[in-house]
Amino acid sequence: MSERWQRVRHHPGAVAALFLLPAGFGFVVFYLWPALRALWMSFTDYNVLRGSGDWVGLQNYQDLAADPLFWHSMRVTALYVVLNIGVQTALALAMAVMMDRLTRSAVVRGVLVLPWLIPQVVVGLLWLWMLDPRLGVVNHALDWVGIGGQDFFGSPAQVIPTLAGVNTWRFVGYTALLIFAGLQMIPRHLYEAAALDGAGEWRTFWRVTLPLLRPVLALVLVLSVVGSFQVFDLVQVATGGIGGQPGGPANSSLVIYVYIFRHAFNFNNAGYAAAMSAVLAVLLAAVTFFIMRALRGSRSDLA
Amino acid sequence: MKLSWRRRIAVPLCAALLAAAACSGGTGDDENVTLDYWLWDDRQIPQYQECATAFTGQTGINVKITQYGWEDYWSNLNTQFAARRAPDVFTDHLAFYPSFVQNQVILPINEYVERDNVDLGQYYPGLADLWVGQDGKRYGLPKDWDTIALAYNSTMLADAGLSREDVWEATWNPTDGGTFEDIIARLSVDENGVRGNEPGFDPTKVATYGLSFDNPSNSASGQTSWGNFARSLGFELLADGNPWGTDYQFDDPRLAQTLDWFARMVKAGYVTPLADLQGVGYVSLFEAGDVALAINGSWAISSFTGISGVNVDFAPLPTGPQGRWSIYNGLADAISANTAHPDEAWQWVKYLASAECQNVVGEKAVVFPAIPASLEVGEQARERAGLDVSAYTTYLESQNTFLYPVTVNFDQVTQAVGAAVDEILLGNRPAAEALTAAQQQVDSIMGR
Repeated sequence: MSERWQRVRHHPGAVAALFLLPAGFGFVVFYLWPALRALWMSFTDYNVLRGSGDWVGLQNYQDLAADPLFWHSMRVTALYVVLNIGVQTALALAMAVMMDRLTRSAVVRGVLVLPWLIPQVVVGLLWLWMLDPRLGVVNHALDWVGIGGQDFFGSPAQVIPTLAGVNTWRFVGYTALLIFAGLQMIPRHLYEAAALDGAGEWRTFWRVTLPLLRPVLALVLVLSVVGSFQVFDLVQVATGGIGGQPGGPANSSLVIYVYIFRHAFNFNNAGYAAAMSAVLAVLLAAVTFFIMRALRGSRSDLA
Repeated sequence: MKLSWRRRIAVPLCAALLAAAACSGGTGDDENVTLDYWLWDDRQIPQYQECATAFTGQTGINVKITQYGWEDYWSNLNTQFAARRAPDVFTDHLAFYPSFVQNQVILPINEYVERDNVDLGQYYPGLADLWVGQDGKRYGLPKDWDTIALAYNSTMLADAGLSREDVWEATWNPTDGGTFEDIIARLSVDENGVRGNEPGFDPTKVATYGLSFDNPSNSASGQTSWGNFARSLGFELLADGNPWGTDYQFDDPRLAQTLDWFARMVKAGYVTPLADLQGVGYVSLFEAGDVALAINGSWAISSFTGISGVNVDFAPLPTGPQGRWSIYNGLADAISANTAHPDEAWQWVKYLASAECQNVVGEKAVVFPAIPASLEVGEQARERAGLDVSAYTTYLESQNTFLYPVTVNFDQVTQAVGAAVDEILLGNRPAAEALTAAQQQVDSIMGR
């Protein structure tokens, strides 16, 4: 036995393979196989209830290209992502820099991530009640200060900004912490040098902090962009009212995953849903590639 | 032979435990059969628990009841069907059962019905026919029925100088709204205390709306909103008959007139705007005193009578040019095709639709049982509680009910029509235009 072990030990490749085996097994069973099966499904008319499907070739992709609701839901999702990422990243960056420059208190950091600890479904229900146009506490407050009630989830114009706002509220602390961790990696002496050279806070931020934070920002952007494309539970719970059809009013909050879910599990069109998911996967890969490329995310100026 | 996963695990486990003689299952007798039974209405758990207890006492078959909210219920059921692990018996709805039949995930029960001589004549007329598929086979026994009426805040009615008779004898038409429009106008009050029928009423600052209802986007039948009003103009949802029609008539001008009237009422400040229906819902608004009249299904009577501090009464919907109409819907219990115990499941379904269990349903008075004698029991229970729900039963006496649409792809039709109705109520599009566009989508969904 020891002789065989010796032989294995002298082949680093074999040892590495041994260590990779558990993760590799998980990857194949839980990621690769389902992804391939979903891809196959997208070329069939797979029906969840029937549990089977026939090969239809590119039919689902042709239908999808001609489906106005698919493109509508893509636009809705894009609007949500832009609003969400814009506000969330800017706020998180400001919060992280302030934490870094003003306080290192663990209590402050703890408070910031509190909303992130609440499950998204609970967040959705909570805000549905708080933002109810007539009975919600938020509109009572707005009435009191003289702004007047808003429709929030009930208005086609406000529903996406509202959803983005709720999501920002939940995630901004978490994103701020990620950026804060990145800030800690910037050597202190660079700030001292900048101060000696007479740079103010504003100039230091643009010339020292931001360039050195770039790789971390790229990672944060990729994570949050992909994450916000996947918005589902919040919309499913908070729109359409209690017991109503999610995605309303008039499809104004029909984000792509709600539409995919509807086809897969309400209309039993798993094939069509799989085709939409495949298009979305390609799109997300492209967006990720673009962000990493544009921000040169895999290289740091510190090196 | 196909083993259920439970049994596949149980067999080796029993071998291991055999020495201790701790295994009683797996011997082939049906002593310990437990049926999974699902329903969505939490208000109805007590009555079916009582039925289940009595059923277990008689047959030795256990029933495990599980409840999910409406939206979750159908998603969960679909995924459980996909996994071939759906509950043995579940509460079925006319909007969904066509696709279950189409995909053969529920069992036909006509052979059982014949074998056991179940009297289909014991139910309210029409209810049993709804559960016969296009293939001529039966997929359910009726267990309850529902109609739609108005719940009203009687204190507000009195404050507006209106009587019970005014609401009971209300008339409606889409041109001037009839006396019903006068009623909801008078019941609407703005923040300055001005009523909807008085000069100076501000429709943008309404404290109490005359009328509200459930978010209409979740059903293409308009069951608890526009559907009954359109029917009172003579509108029929399906031109080629119901059940199993495919020729929807959403571009019928009578439907457009109805929805234009609703949009006009929203604009006038007499009906809650769509935004308010996208929140916590019309029952909460009624409870908060923000709504005086609510269109409400009979299954939700107890949500209103349970409100403390508000005097609630019920009245039928207004009478239109073609009479006073209510949609008529009933539920049944279905058996999953994947059940390991079809015979026991049938016994439970039969029991649920029997006079014995129906009397329990009547006694609890949450919904109306499908057997007339059991409804009598319920009426007596309500009378003792001082509750008058005759508003819901009047339609049956005058035979002014029409059946809930039973067609394939109803969910997809709902998506198309729901969005159009949203746009109309938001005031973004005239009804005729939005509905014509919706009808084109519906035709392609129905393959016409």
